[in-house]
Amino acid sequence: MRILAAIGHLVLGMLAAIGRVSLFGIATLRHALTPPFYPREFGLALLNIGWLSLPVVGLTAIFTGGALALQIYAGGARFNAEAVVPQIVAIGMVRELGPVLVGLMIAARVTSSIAAEIATMKVTEQIDALVTLSTHPMKYLTAPRVVAATLVVPLLVGVGDIIGIFGGYAVATGTLGFNAAAYIQNTVDFLQLRDITSSLAKGAVFGCIAALMGCYFGMNSGRGAQGVGRATKGSVEAAAVLILAANFVLTGVFFSL
Amino acid sequence: MITLDNVHKAFGTNHVLRGVNLHVAKGTSMVIIGGSGTGKSVAIKSVLGLVSPDAGTITVDGTDVTQTDRDAFLARFGMLFQGAALFDSLPVWQNVAFRLLRGSLAKPRDEARDIAIEKLRRVGLTPDVADRLPAELSGGMQKRVGLARAIAADPEIIFFDEPTTGLDPIMAGVINDLIREIVHEMGATTMTITHDMSSVRTIADHVAMLHAGKIRWTGPVSEMDSAGDPYLDQFIHGRATGPIEAVR
Repeated sequence: MRILAAIGHLVLGMLAAIGRVSLFGIATLRHALTPPFYPREFGLALLNIGWLSLPVVGLTAIFTGGALALQIYAGGARFNAEAVVPQIVAIGMVRELGPVLVGLMIAARVTSSIAAEIATMKVTEQIDALVTLSTHPMKYLTAPRVVAATLVVPLLVGVGDIIGIFGGYAVATGTLGFNAAAYIQNTVDFLQLRDITSSLAKGAVFGCIAALMGCYFGMNSGRGAQGVGRATKGSVEAAAVLILAANFVLTGVFFSL
Repeated sequence: MITLDNVHKAFGTNHVLRGVNLHVAKGTSMVIIGGSGTGKSVAIKSVLGLVSPDAGTITVDGTDVTQTDRDAFLARFGMLFQGAALFDSLPVWQNVAFRLLRGSLAKPRDEARDIAIEKLRRVGLTPDVADRLPAELSGGMQKRVGLARAIAADPEIIFFDEPTTGLDPIMAGVINDLIREIVHEMGATTMTITHDMSSVRTIADHVAMLHAGKIRWTGPVSEMDSAGDPYLDQFIHGRATGPIEAVR
């Protein structure tokens, strides 16, 4: 009975958490669609989430693309299928690795930063100060970040896809003896519009999840340095797990139907 | 002007306010004193709507604070927070002019900056501070910037939450004098919460002592020393022994 009670308690806790996050998401959407709007905050969020994430996204993508080319070549060689490197690198990067790795990098870099910043603001009464200055924290802090991440992460995913494919191209043509023109032609021929749209759609969903989790955990942080630490850790864990779960669902939606 | 009527507030099993009754007349300075954890901040935050009371009513000019237009209501207030609560990402002048750069009190950017610099000057800070970030300022300077922000839109009502906490005695005296001068100039109604008895004597017209979730004593500051209330007497003289338990 105790085990059942513990399981029931856990399930109820999870459902309550899902409910709270859902309500937070709905409130964010409502605040994002109704004035006042804060263009400066939105612009800063675009800069922080998009432009400043480019180095880490680029480096992650190029090394992953290069490693993918080496793995496919080595694996393909077992049954004389080395020639599929361009196609598999392209499909692997665009459909899966590009969006997922960019999403996880954003969770590590942006979610943690948003959660720590907002949690610190809460602990130091800056959130209360916003309210007393007639500024709704959801409108000023949450809505600009979530909207910016939803819009800019697909672009990051697009850049990551291209750089990842380039990483594979560089390895394949530089060390594996592939013809450069043929590699590019094979890549372009093999990719379908659905691959690209799924990649960008995943980027939008992952960006939304990453920013929403950062804001949610920040706004609901506990007191003191420990509260900030827990909010930051919890936000990254939640964002990473939700991104991987959403990836599974979206892959099913795009490619199993 | 501000009336708290039988206000109750609990956080879980911790009943912080147990029926607070308090009236602050227009244009007067009310200072709430009391030990740590007695609910002084909760009382002040209840007026602003930062905390929702479980029971009781709070009125400002006879209007229930829960029934008013929120923006118009908050536009009448200024608040100095305990740690100043300046926005780290904004330069000092944008912190001071925050309310003047957006919302119903928005002004052109240049005008807002000029007002911010004037308010900074009023609290004894030079214009070169305006473009610095809060993290580059000392604690005393941050408190002054917080004070400048509280008065930036010339509010009718100003709240001060522990205005001298963490400051050396000289800087505490400077802040107390500034608050007194500014409040006199503006004719604002103020509520201050503090443990600092020198603040009480400098700032207060009236004093209220909060103890065990209720107003234990209230009256003019001139009557505080002769009130004869053992709780108040112990608190204002900082005695370890008396009816208030030292270990709470």
